[in-house]
Amino acid sequence: MSNINKAFQQKDPSGKPRSAFIGFLTGGDPSMEKSEEFVLEMIRAGADLVEIGVPFSDPIAEGPVIQEANIRALSAGATVEKLFGLVKSLRSKTDVPLVFLTYLNPVFHYGYDPFFKRARDAGLDGIIIPDLPFEEQPEVRESASKYGVDIISLIAPTSEARIKEIAKAATGYIYLVSSMGVTGVRSEIKTDLGSIIAALRETTKIPVAVGFGIHTPAQAAEIGKIADGVIVGSAIVKIIAEHGADAGNHVYEYVRRMKIAVAGE
Amino acid sequence: MSNVQRSFQRKGRFGEYGGQYIPETLMNEIINLEKAYNHYKDDPDFVAELDGLLKNYAGRPSMLYYAEKMSADLGGAKIYLKREDMNHTGSHKINNVLGQALLAKRMGKTRIIAETGAGQHGVAAATAAALLGLECEIFMGKEDTDRQRLNVYRMELLGAKVNAVTSGTQTLKDAVNETMREWVGRVQDTHYVLGSVMGPHPFPTIVRDFQSVISKEARSQILEREGKLPAAVVACVGGGSNAIGMFYNFIPDATVKLIGCEAAGHGVDTPKHAATIAKGSVGIFHGMKSYFCQNDEGQIAPVYSISAGLDYPGIGPEHAHLHDTGRAQYVPVSDEAAVSAFEYLARTEGIICAIESAHALAHARILAPQIGKDENIIICLSGRGDKDVSAIAKYRGETINE
Repeated sequence: MSNINKAFQQKDPSGKPRSAFIGFLTGGDPSMEKSEEFVLEMIRAGADLVEIGVPFSDPIAEGPVIQEANIRALSAGATVEKLFGLVKSLRSKTDVPLVFLTYLNPVFHYGYDPFFKRARDAGLDGIIIPDLPFEEQPEVRESASKYGVDIISLIAPTSEARIKEIAKAATGYIYLVSSMGVTGVRSEIKTDLGSIIAALRETTKIPVAVGFGIHTPAQAAEIGKIADGVIVGSAIVKIIAEHGADAGNHVYEYVRRMKIAVAGE
Repeated sequence: MSNVQRSFQRKGRFGEYGGQYIPETLMNEIINLEKAYNHYKDDPDFVAELDGLLKNYAGRPSMLYYAEKMSADLGGAKIYLKREDMNHTGSHKINNVLGQALLAKRMGKTRIIAETGAGQHGVAAATAAALLGLECEIFMGKEDTDRQRLNVYRMELLGAKVNAVTSGTQTLKDAVNETMREWVGRVQDTHYVLGSVMGPHPFPTIVRDFQSVISKEARSQILEREGKLPAAVVACVGGGSNAIGMFYNFIPDATVKLIGCEAAGHGVDTPKHAATIAKGSVGIFHGMKSYFCQNDEGQIAPVYSISAGLDYPGIGPEHAHLHDTGRAQYVPVSDEAAVSAFEYLARTEGIICAIESAHALAHARILAPQIGKDENIIICLSGRGDKDVSAIAKYRGETINE
């Protein structure tokens, strides 16, 4: 069991559970040092968990904003080893849960056992692998659980009959994809998230966090009412793309506003 | 492990290769596709309709042509060419596309999308869509839309929308990425007509089955003509759809050598090649576990070939398995050897073939003299070369006004 649960134990002043805010950035964009600074800014602004993208040459589940961040990070020399270094360094400064988002090939290439051992040693809590659906998870499950790293399962609006099967095996939290398509900001989210979350609640107690397309405080507040967590990625990556090395303060300000919205304060 | 996990775990595998490494959003659709395919492949109405289209529209069976002058010139085995270039739209791609487009229609889809490298698959997909009344969008690397302008225009004439992909290396790999992204967004009404024996299960099996008509015909044609099986069958390999089509019905015939020719570009000792088996390693990408050109970090490498159709950093999982088990052999063929073979076939037999197919011919020029005159070999001429004439001219330092 990892540290992840902690992110979902937030309570408002009256003692009522409240939704967690989860921020995402691509590790190494524009540099490892800046990624560390931005993660710490997110945490200072109230992020309850941070997802760090491991850059990949061909991120097929991402829209243009995160694709370009992947290219920038790789061009700046990001490697899996340096990403582990980033986690290790962050771990000495914060105990907020940290999760990788990576495509399977870099993990496969590193070797499953060595990867998850290194992840545990660095202090990583979980991993999201967008091209590893439930059916292929047995490939990494043994190594991940041996070293106590949660595999975060994704559920999509199209998962239908598979929702229960996925939920039963889920660890850490469930990443509920808000809408069809790749990552990126959306003007509105039409999926009936409420009924998917209700179906999940029948099967599992594991927290459900919603991601893909969320970027305004109003959307965050809306989703914060029904989900255990709200995940925001592209909007943060966009701020980093716009302000580069000077993005720290902008990231803080944005995450602060979103956190307040999610918490319903 | 639950029963569901156990039952799915090894599905769609060729040895350790294959699988379904795709975003969750597509999983339900992929499962539905497999169910639909398993149903319709044995449905007499579906089979009759596809056979009818292959015969009356695509022009099958394709000829098995005895290349007499080439055989005499090389002085070894008799050389036969399986003339997929004579199919409607000019390549083997139509076999798979008609099958998948019919399947998509049966599944209630109104729109198909497809990736294309050289444009042969895109043209075939646009053609099938026009014929069957489906909306069609094609994704093609920006660099490929520049080097294959004729095929872009052809697709547009057929009513398809062509999207030039500007991400990454702007070639076939990125076209696949972008088509997958599009599919994730519109899976309800859209079928992704994958163009090769790659991608997540069930695509490698579906495409192989639709392409296996090549070896089914070739096997009976050669037995009728020569009364014996060939010593070898040879085909070019990018993703590997014409090759698996050419190999499939010969796999149980242990005496028949199966030889795939992959693009060595400027040479396998340079960074500019697309020789996946020669230089790649096992990885997981585009929905499948297979061999890929990649770096030490598992980042997919930019690849290169004079042929846009072979310019792909991976190979279908069934080929990976045939390689590991030694049943098939894969050899790298350089741009220079392919261009020479292209010119050689034009002058010797009066056939202008696709630059992809010329990779197979180039190896056959080496192979045939090593085999006795009483033997025969079959080369899959996967497509015609109209699209490549200006690229060949450019390679030879001449400029043609298109």
